[in-house]
Amino acid sequence: MFRQSLDWTVEMTTIPSTAAAIADAVRSGVLKATDVLEAHLERIAEREGEIHAFNLVTTDEARAAASRIDADVAAGRDPGVLAGVPIAIKDNMCTRGIATTCSSKILEGWRPPYDATVVQRLAAAGAVTIGKTNLDEFAMGSSTENSAFGVTYNPRDITRVSGGSSGGSAAAVAAGFSPISIGSDTGGSIRQPAALCGVVGVKPTYGTVSRYGLVAFASSLDQVGPFSTDVRDSALVLEAISGHDPMDSTSIPQGPLSLQGVLSQGVEGLRVGRITDMPGGADPDVTERLEAAFDALQAAGAIMVDVQMPSMKYGLTAYYLIAPAEASSNLARYDGVRYGMRVNAPDTNAMYSATRSAGFGDEVKRRIMLGTYALSAGYYDAYYGKALKVRRLISEDFDRAYTKADVLLTPTSPIVAFPVGAKSDDPLAMYLCDVYTIPTNLAGHPAMSVPFGTGAFGLPVGVQIMAPTLGEQTMFRVAASLERSMIASGGG
Amino acid sequence: MSETASERISTEAVIKAARLSRLDLTPAEVARMTSQLAGMLEHFADIDALDLSAVEPMTRPYPLSNVFRQDVVVQGLDRDEVLANAPAAEEGRFRVPPIVGLDG
Amino acid sequence: MTQFDMSKNEIKVAPNDGSYLLDGYELVCGLEVHVELATATKLFSASANRFGDEPNTHIDPVTLGLPGALPVLNRQAVELAMRIGLALNCTVQASTFHRKNYFYPDMPKAYQISQYDQPINVNGWLELPSGKSIGIERAHLEEDTGKSTHVGGAGGRIHGSAHSLIDFNRAGVPLVEIVGRPDIATPDEARQYVTELRQILVAIGASDAKMEEGSMRCDANVSVRKPGAPLGIRCEIKNVNSVRSLGRAIEYEARRQIVLLEAGEKIRQETRHWDETDGRTHTLRSKEDADDYRYFLEPDLVPLDPDAAWIEAVRAALPMLPRERRNRLAQATGVASDAESIMVIVERGQDDYVLAVGLAGGDVGRALVHVKEAFAEQGFNPAVPAGDLAGMIILETGGKLTSTQAKTVLGELVAHGGGDATAIAAAKGFEALDNSALEAIVDQVIAAQSESWAKYCGGEEKAMGALVGAIMKASQGKADGKAVTALLQAKRS
Repeated sequence: MFRQSLDWTVEMTTIPSTAAAIADAVRSGVLKATDVLEAHLERIAEREGEIHAFNLVTTDEARAAASRIDADVAAGRDPGVLAGVPIAIKDNMCTRGIATTCSSKILEGWRPPYDATVVQRLAAAGAVTIGKTNLDEFAMGSSTENSAFGVTYNPRDITRVSGGSSGGSAAAVAAGFSPISIGSDTGGSIRQPAALCGVVGVKPTYGTVSRYGLVAFASSLDQVGPFSTDVRDSALVLEAISGHDPMDSTSIPQGPLSLQGVLSQGVEGLRVGRITDMPGGADPDVTERLEAAFDALQAAGAIMVDVQMPSMKYGLTAYYLIAPAEASSNLARYDGVRYGMRVNAPDTNAMYSATRSAGFGDEVKRRIMLGTYALSAGYYDAYYGKALKVRRLISEDFDRAYTKADVLLTPTSPIVAFPVGAKSDDPLAMYLCDVYTIPTNLAGHPAMSVPFGTGAFGLPVGVQIMAPTLGEQTMFRVAASLERSMIASGGG
Repeated sequence: MSETASERISTEAVIKAARLSRLDLTPAEVARMTSQLAGMLEHFADIDALDLSAVEPMTRPYPLSNVFRQDVVVQGLDRDEVLANAPAAEEGRFRVPPIVGLDG
Repeated sequence: MTQFDMSKNEIKVAPNDGSYLLDGYELVCGLEVHVELATATKLFSASANRFGDEPNTHIDPVTLGLPGALPVLNRQAVELAMRIGLALNCTVQASTFHRKNYFYPDMPKAYQISQYDQPINVNGWLELPSGKSIGIERAHLEEDTGKSTHVGGAGGRIHGSAHSLIDFNRAGVPLVEIVGRPDIATPDEARQYVTELRQILVAIGASDAKMEEGSMRCDANVSVRKPGAPLGIRCEIKNVNSVRSLGRAIEYEARRQIVLLEAGEKIRQETRHWDETDGRTHTLRSKEDADDYRYFLEPDLVPLDPDAAWIEAVRAALPMLPRERRNRLAQATGVASDAESIMVIVERGQDDYVLAVGLAGGDVGRALVHVKEAFAEQGFNPAVPAGDLAGMIILETGGKLTSTQAKTVLGELVAHGGGDATAIAAAKGFEALDNSALEAIVDQVIAAQSESWAKYCGGEEKAMGALVGAIMKASQGKADGKAVTALLQAKRS
């Protein structure tokens, strides 16, 4: 099950399934970037109709980019560590001259006059952007059903959701449309869809990947990260996109992460924490896989330890007050004055309201309202102010836990992919999908989801590995170990 | 929804938040929004039981300070490209309807 | 609004204690001054901070509030803000930025990044030339808005316009808002405060501080009360575009409030707009239904915490401030530090020059007078070498030039950017008339005009005029009037 996404490559033996292998082949002249691209465009042509991973497939730009890579190789220039690797970019990252919509009507038609830092770095590493992937509008959601341009279906079962908000990026990798993709994670928006689609998804430490050009949802929580079919590809992509960016004041002043070298180090002696007072609610098929993960790590030499996170259960509340508060301010700029849609009205104030009412979907409006209320006079202390204090408590829980453990393991999502429409009418039930992923965003820590077998209906289950600030190397060692145990057990 | 939930946010507060957010809500939408927000706030009331008096608010995950840019001009964006993205432009500027009724 | 007749409200100055009273009311006024900083770029982005260019030519993703754009703080703006704080005797402290959320088309992100509860500068003061101190509550950093032009309405007003056009060149320009305490008690103090503040800002290179161009903007919080009574309800006056208007606006507003109070009405706390054309303030908006700005800490920026070394380096690099310069010049010249000549010379920045003339041997007091009179068009560094002006003053004070001749020579120095005063005097035929030559002429005139002389000796002072006139004529204008008078008086006794 784990390697199901690689079935494509079994049929198309000439094109490797991983970014690392593709880049090696392209750099050494064994494969042409243009051929790699065409193979992926074919897959998109075959299945995109039933999955809808993309808001836009940038065929022409991709062909031009792939040709440049081939020309570089022919001329003896090294195109970079991601040479010729097709990559899908979540449609909330700015791409110069290419529509960037955040899956919202309010940005329909907008062509950014600049590239996000991540997009620049990927291009500089030789990656070939093949399109902009669907998401919950402005990254607000856990199912990619809140998109103005339609649902993204799960490649493993097209009656089910792909997760969210980076559902399009997760689905693109799961469907083999691209070996790697980029998402953003504010409360689990990379890890949860990665788990539901059966791929690897990483949210790095806040500040390791530049947010410049990432359309903000909640600025103190947002972080950019990769999706991939295997652990090494995520390490490769993170090495290429991480590192200080002077355009982002919250960017940590250090060089790129160094991860590929640690993947083979194993987990012997590492302390893996089990949160004994973890909020409940995970389905038994999911917790069964978590137990299997603990067993696998123990078998590989890790030491199991128990930790307590008494405030973890308040994470959802803190998050759903803080994130909407920041969002209410971040999304105020969509006012019909400088870009995007405008609904005409007799005066500017009426134009604002007409534009925003027509341009935003229900979930976005709900969060703007909630955030505005939480910040408004008379309620700030009771809601936003209190949530910031709870954020501190959760962060301190982590600090204590990490004195005992090197990493913590939880399920990524309490449930496997659910049927489309199952939670659409109950926002709170949808929010509960994020219960295990939210705490790391509040603390700013790294966390990743690795596929670890299947649960109900044969659907993928992801295990979440959490680590302290800048603990990516340890986190990736654990992820690689889990991956090895899955391969050894015959793919779960 | 419990009785207490519906008391967690008033219709007036929802209308005020909509006005501050520049969102037009129909009376039916106000009712629905009030009920949904009340349900959420009821759920979020779990933190009311915590004693937070001695806890410092946490506003950012990573402790940085004094991040600066040098005062050097970098060529900005092309006006024509930017205005081509604008809903309305005139004489090199962005055009908006008359600015009235913007207070409050 | 209650109408009232301005003419019925006379300003009354109580002579005994010098306090300022309007019909028995005290004025309580605090000023909020916004100054645009003289940086090369904007507060949070690298577009040029420049006034007067084609619209929307200094724009970038941050300035326009494009999706995904992030602010990065301009170090030079911080340094200039620190200079302002230190020049105003503030404490420079660790500070943070907040978002102030409100919708307006010239505010691109729909929030202004400003300092809120932790401003960079707090608790300072500014000393007026009179010696009175006005407290400074805070001086904080924030970003400016763009500019709206209202098209189709009468006189560019908002009301009645068909639409508005927005230029974002000014959006994001760094501002420091200097919030003064309500220590100002007269319109004149308000004018002095702004004038002094302007000079300080220019002196330290923080801003060009031009009210007329909008690089310095002044809002006044005005209230009135009976002496000893609690503070009255205040109104904020906006749109004051010159120092002169500031005094007028404050005085008008105080009178308006007094008339309301005298009529038994209440003052409504509100923002009022000064209208230069009708000389009145008008309601702009009531504070009662003020926007709820939903301030919260700006998550895209990190705290600003200048260390002691940086603060001390900025302090050490501050130039001499106008007040110190006035004191220095007053001491050198013996003129009062708030005398007009001292104020004018320091404002022009010509005090160093005046002192240089003194060092070159010229009388500093005469230099002060000459520079004030003749160098109004010159900058802080006049073209005439200080030594040349000193040379002229030496001739003048040595009695070699009459004051009229001195002015003529000075005119030549200014016209030619300097020169040798002795040579100019000689060329003009201003050769020295020594005392014996003068005495000979005086004796000659006394003999020729014996009638007038007799009258003068008889105590008829008016007769002296005819004698002096005749002596001046006989000397071909070379005689010094004072010397002639002295000589006549000596001969009479």
